[in-house]
Amino acid sequence: MTEFPQLSLHVPEPAVRPGGLPDFSNVNIAKAGSVPRPEVDAASEDIRDLAYSIIRVLNRDGDAVGPWAGLLSDEELLTGLKHMMKLRAFDARMLMAQRQGKTSFYMQHLGEEAVSCAFRKALRKGDMNFPTYRQAGLLIADDYPMVEMMNQIFSNEKDPLRGRQLPIMYSSKEHGFFTISGNLATQYVQAVGWAMASAIKNDTKIAAAWIGDGSTAESDFHSALVFASTYKAPVVLNIVNNQWAISTFQGIARGGSGTFAARGLGFGIPALRVDGNDYLAVYAVSLWAAERARRNLGPTLIEYVTYRVGAHSTSDDPSAYRPKTESEAWPLGDPVLRLKKHLIVRGAWSEERHVQAEAEILDEVIQAQKQAEVHGTLHAGGKPSVRDIFEGVYAEMPAHIRRQRQKAGY
Amino acid sequence: MARMTMIEAVRSAMDVSMERDDDVVVFGEDVGYFGGVFRCTQGLQAKYGKTRCFDAPISESGIVGTAIGMAAYGLKPCVEIQFADYMYPAYDQITQEAARIRYRSNGDFTCPIVLRMPTGGGIFGGQTHSQSPEALFTHVCGLKVVVPSNPYDAKGLLIASIEDPDPVMFLEPKRLYNGPFDGHHDRPVTPWSKHELGEVPEGHYSIPIGKAEIRRPGSAVTVIAYGTMVHVALAAVEEMGVDAEVIDLRSLLPLDLDTIVQSVTKTDRCVVVHEATLTSGYGAELAALVQEHCFYHLEAPVVRVTGWDTPYPHAQEWDYFPGPGRVGRALAEVMEA
Repeated sequence: MTEFPQLSLHVPEPAVRPGGLPDFSNVNIAKAGSVPRPEVDAASEDIRDLAYSIIRVLNRDGDAVGPWAGLLSDEELLTGLKHMMKLRAFDARMLMAQRQGKTSFYMQHLGEEAVSCAFRKALRKGDMNFPTYRQAGLLIADDYPMVEMMNQIFSNEKDPLRGRQLPIMYSSKEHGFFTISGNLATQYVQAVGWAMASAIKNDTKIAAAWIGDGSTAESDFHSALVFASTYKAPVVLNIVNNQWAISTFQGIARGGSGTFAARGLGFGIPALRVDGNDYLAVYAVSLWAAERARRNLGPTLIEYVTYRVGAHSTSDDPSAYRPKTESEAWPLGDPVLRLKKHLIVRGAWSEERHVQAEAEILDEVIQAQKQAEVHGTLHAGGKPSVRDIFEGVYAEMPAHIRRQRQKAGY
Repeated sequence: MARMTMIEAVRSAMDVSMERDDDVVVFGEDVGYFGGVFRCTQGLQAKYGKTRCFDAPISESGIVGTAIGMAAYGLKPCVEIQFADYMYPAYDQITQEAARIRYRSNGDFTCPIVLRMPTGGGIFGGQTHSQSPEALFTHVCGLKVVVPSNPYDAKGLLIASIEDPDPVMFLEPKRLYNGPFDGHHDRPVTPWSKHELGEVPEGHYSIPIGKAEIRRPGSAVTVIAYGTMVHVALAAVEEMGVDAEVIDLRSLLPLDLDTIVQSVTKTDRCVVVHEATLTSGYGAELAALVQEHCFYHLEAPVVRVTGWDTPYPHAQEWDYFPGPGRVGRALAEVMEA
């Protein structure tokens, strides 16, 4: 006998499921310009509020306001807008290519373009990203050739990865883009190690780690925070909270911690939450964190609050688990439209020029696709050799793999 | 030349490597100030500073994950996993990251790391300080797997591992740290100072990974072993009075198949010995290779002598450990066939 009642298990549920009316009233959104901008050497415990608020620069009228505004020129903002438009156009074409059977699989960024495009601008040549599968803006915004990306997606004869990797699992050391694993969270702690190495060698380069809201539940996320905190590694720890981990809403990974950013506080890591659909805010916060790393002040945790408008991947159908109109109800809007509006308000852009730019960008993407398709697509035209299966497992091919290659007829 | 224990030999390998190459860093649990629970890194922090030899949080996935990141940057991390039994939290980082970074990036990034880990039983370590997980590494393409059996090899192979461009799992049989243990646990241990392979050059040398060594030439039967079992096999062979050829593999992956095939096609009989559990152990691979390459020479089925397919017990350690008695019975079995 006990004086206590029977126990019951708590299983969190999203506010709304398919058939219901989207409801984001629980998302507490700070007014643009209202969150203070601390000095970069601020202690984690003195800026705890920043882990629970949302840093925003662009307001509803398209003005850039508050202490995080004023960092970018018209020209820089226009370039940023074009990067996001390019990523969106690239995604649209590649989704179509997947439906046409030119590749097996694709993952798009729709609604999240600002995060990786604006972040890239805060990095310098030689810095290293350890990305997940939804940060191709890091490559686009660093002018990595789209043809190379498509060659990889199509696994064709010019695929820089020789057909070995799933589509979109790019790698480019030259462009500060570590080979994407496909496994979740493993890269987060590797980024910390890379940053530790830079500090060990008294270098000036910094690293950036990337993870999604769902994968923060992995132990590698927590070990990354321990190592980053212990050794004050020059790393920016990014969490892209796009609300959905395939079909699982972010409350399952977040548990009772309030926000993902707040995870950093227990490690003494300054943690900021930012409007991930606000190019200016993403850039300002990224730059703040990068500067902390460059000044040897250690890691910063950033949670980008955004929304995954599209499916998780081409193998996913979100209508099975969330209302179809949920993305329209998302209160932080669309990153491309918001920056476009801001540029028009600044007098640096117009509807006409935007339409013209869209056409130019689409043409650029189509030209790149034509070039890539000359070298083949997944089931047609040029492809990597069967020999490539056996190469590169080791620097030098051991005898047993050589025997197997010969057995395969190559 | 100097007399070294296996502990001193691996320490000397790290010392020599750190001296020659600023990119070599050493870290792990208790390895910094204290010098490791087996004392393998003693003095390295004092000599090279705490940014090149340091203590890590108790997080094997973190240790290996950060080592992979350091290697991607251009360093050559040689990290210690305190016991091989503790590597499981890092298994994802080892198998799906370290092992595949070169392949999946087509050489854009590489992973020259060494994971040193004390392996095997014989110290009353129970189920969490006695395991021999080598087959969990040999099953993973992209890794190299090395198991030395003496101080001379340990130093030369560890230097080769640190200089290797790919990830190397370096399993140190902990029962051999202080002497060539032959499985007779009731007898006094011979120290390495009284063994010829305890004589180790103080400077730089390396032993190529992938080359076996014949420890005892013979013509009647081939015994394939590695690590502690090399010494157990040698003792059993002497006690049985069999003219056996004892091969010390030293490296399991890549494997020196030529030496095995040359020996078995000469002796026509083969016994495989390891301390790890039987089922799907590395001995299964060896037995399969022997029958593939030497089938028409074999006068008897290949016999495996291994640990039992149970967790490593504590109190019954010597009933679990495949000692010279069990190896001897296997030798008799293949000779009688």
